[in-house]
Amino acid sequence: MSAGPHRSAAVVEFDHVTKRYDNVERRPGSAPPPGAVNDLSLTVPAGKICVLVGPSGCGKTTSLKMVNRLIEPTSGKILIDGVDAGTRDVTELRRSIGYVIQQVGLFPHQTVAENVATVPRLVGWSKERQNERADELLALIGLDPAKYGKRFPAQLSGGERQRVGVARALAVDPPIMLMDEPFGAVDPIVRDRLQNEFLRLQEELAKTILFVTHDIDEAIKMGDLVAVFQEGGKVAQFGTPTEILANPASEFVARFVGADRGLKRLALSRVGDLPILAPASVKVGDDVADARKRAAAHSFPYLLLVDAAQRPLGWIAPDRIPASGRIYDTMADVVPPIVNRRTTLKDALSIMLDADVQAAISIDRAGTAQSLITVDDVVRLMREGQHGPTFGIEGDEDAAADSAGGPSADEIGAAVSAEAARTGDPVD
Amino acid sequence: MGRGTGGARLMDTLIAWFTDPAHWDGPTGVPTRLLEHLQISFLAVGLATLVALPVGLFIGHTGRFANLAINLANIGRAVPSYGLMVALLPIFLLLAPALGYDPALGLTFLPLFASMTLLAIPPILVNTYAGLREVDRDLIEAGRGMGMREREILLSIELPIASPIVIGGFRTATLQVIATATIGAILSYGGLGRFIIDGLANRDYTQIFAGAILVTGLALGVDWILALMQRALTPRALRVARGSRPYRELAEAPVPAGMPNV
Amino acid sequence: MEGQQLIDWSWIGDHLDDILVRTLQHLELTIIPIVLGFIISLILAVWVTRQPRVYAPLTATTGLLYTIPSIAAFAFLRPIFGLSLITAIIPLTTYTLLILVRNNVAGLQSVPADVLEAAEGMGYTRAQRLRRVELPLAVPLMITGIRLAVVTTIGLATVASILGDSFGGLGQFITEGLQTFFPTKMILGGAMSVILAFVSDFLLIRVEHRLTPWAAARAARA
Repeated sequence: MSAGPHRSAAVVEFDHVTKRYDNVERRPGSAPPPGAVNDLSLTVPAGKICVLVGPSGCGKTTSLKMVNRLIEPTSGKILIDGVDAGTRDVTELRRSIGYVIQQVGLFPHQTVAENVATVPRLVGWSKERQNERADELLALIGLDPAKYGKRFPAQLSGGERQRVGVARALAVDPPIMLMDEPFGAVDPIVRDRLQNEFLRLQEELAKTILFVTHDIDEAIKMGDLVAVFQEGGKVAQFGTPTEILANPASEFVARFVGADRGLKRLALSRVGDLPILAPASVKVGDDVADARKRAAAHSFPYLLLVDAAQRPLGWIAPDRIPASGRIYDTMADVVPPIVNRRTTLKDALSIMLDADVQAAISIDRAGTAQSLITVDDVVRLMREGQHGPTFGIEGDEDAAADSAGGPSADEIGAAVSAEAARTGDPVD
Repeated sequence: MGRGTGGARLMDTLIAWFTDPAHWDGPTGVPTRLLEHLQISFLAVGLATLVALPVGLFIGHTGRFANLAINLANIGRAVPSYGLMVALLPIFLLLAPALGYDPALGLTFLPLFASMTLLAIPPILVNTYAGLREVDRDLIEAGRGMGMREREILLSIELPIASPIVIGGFRTATLQVIATATIGAILSYGGLGRFIIDGLANRDYTQIFAGAILVTGLALGVDWILALMQRALTPRALRVARGSRPYRELAEAPVPAGMPNV
Repeated sequence: MEGQQLIDWSWIGDHLDDILVRTLQHLELTIIPIVLGFIISLILAVWVTRQPRVYAPLTATTGLLYTIPSIAAFAFLRPIFGLSLITAIIPLTTYTLLILVRNNVAGLQSVPADVLEAAEGMGYTRAQRLRRVELPLAVPLMITGIRLAVVTTIGLATVASILGDSFGGLGQFITEGLQTFFPTKMILGGAMSVILAFVSDFLLIRVEHRLTPWAAARAARA
């Protein structure tokens, strides 16, 4: 966790890259002809996931494959940390870039461990180091090395195969990963899980990732940046998912992201993006008159009963507060829905709509109540249009947004990682 | 073969052999031998088809007994025709009195016929099975879903789609039988092998070569006709993207494409 | 023929060493063409994967060679190479090519496109890809081809005995039996070559399983 981001990531820059297919000679049995690319210029900052999304034949896969020179551009340059990829030795270039494809392409005649150690073997690591690395990576992607290392790819499920494909691409810790519809061949439930696992992994690894998909939802979920391609190999819009959803640059982009883009934005914003509003809280034994005063002064009529450590216990409805005396725990009857800073507004909204009192309490890792969230808050945020996060994963932003709260930025960061698994991951 | 003057001389004597009218006449002439060769080949392939096609269709459609049948067919492949023919000779001779056929048949025709039939069965059986198995299961499901009977599924879905592969097996069988029936001459059966065996006995290499040309030519000729048949019987929708010249397919005929790995 | 037994077991008992010698000769007649044919066809198959255009003329040629009757081929080479092993080896090697080229090509082509793409994307050189990915994955179909070629060659090698006894093999029993009309030898030659074919086939299946443990995993799943 202490290993900060940008440990080994590179900037990838497309500089007026064009690929034309004038008279293609198609090899028999090869994939359908790839899409052309027309004067592509974009920069992927180090450590970010950039999703190339668009309809089929729009040139997104071609763009990806020009980075590791499976396809050579007709004109223009691709710069990796400022160095023209075209000038590098192609074999050495490919070995320094992780590559994951939809059908995975695991070698069926090699064990899982051998597959993972492919590039280490190619670049001449010792057998011992290869084995160590394979074990390490299998553990990283959540497959027990002792159990899975000796298996053959045919003995894995689709999801396991995809994970092994990712592990294989990570083997020599490449600064760049190219992922071509990596989760396209598995069912939606497994895909969702793999996406979440990968996002969690990326928080630690902070690679520069180019990710191709035709699925706009996946693009919005996975991308720090999204490049929407349209037919003819042109980029229709390049920006953060929020920007693209809030302000589609053209009719094409608006149609491509879909009519429900307002709802899609809910999935992009998180509870942490809302302004902090401390709830009116009381403890057992507090003076009732004082509590009444506090409730009256607050915009939300319910009082939150908390314990000594400020952990939420339940709502106390205004009409249950007696005229005098002290607060008892029996006064609180409704348990508030609990969310955290990483919960998406989509999930938070869903939870609140289901609850008796349509408000939720955001807690930190210690369980301390941090902020009150209401349905109105969510609606207001969405109405404000562009307001929202640029990148959901940025640690320093979290710290800034949380300046009013108690815990330090480090604590929040830890909470984010620990709870990422829970939020938005219905399967696990 | 192409050995300078030797080759040229051979060419001359070959032309002389083929233009000699004596070689084209009577019971030892080329036409008679050709007919004998065709006769034994078609009888053998015919009987093999009668046996192998229904069995192949059954196991291909139902999937039942497939392993057994394919294994038996592969055992058949392992039997050397020459060895089988000779081994059958004393047996057929011995059986003649009991079964009441002319012992002369047991000395020549029957051993050759039996070994050629056995040679032809495996490719027809295996290809019929493989062809049917290669038909997309979804199509059969669709047929069943539309209420087709099993027989209708077999005849109007599976067989038409599998027909190129099924006929491919038939071609392989015919080609092998025509090339191999040459050995019948060893048992003083006629056929084009006569020229080769007699040439061998007389050290007449011109005649050996002429015989080889005749057998190869016959095999290729028959195969070419079967290739045209195969094309004609292939449903038009499946013909797309296949080579148009039959000779390209001829080259692919002798070994079934999808020999199941049993 | 009357009264004569079909198989004279005591003759077989007396000639066990003969049978062994003939069997070993037959193995020689089989293994040499298979090894030569495999090397040639592997080179040709790699050529085909690099240059798909050559496949059609190549199979047309091997197909044409396959239709030449074996007796004629043996007989014809005799004046050139005499009654030497070469006379038998050349046609037998030639006959293996049709099967082996086809199956070696099919084997190399059976490598899934995604596996090739992954290999290329990870920076395999062409030679590394051939040696570590394409050839290992082609093994099952290659061995199927070898099995078929071995069985065919064992059968064809019996015919070489018609030329006379110099390299022998089990066909020698067949031909001698026919010449002297001795049914025991006639049946023995055929039966022994069938047994040899079965044993070879069985051993090759074992070799295949040994070489491709991963294929069993795949088959178990399918």
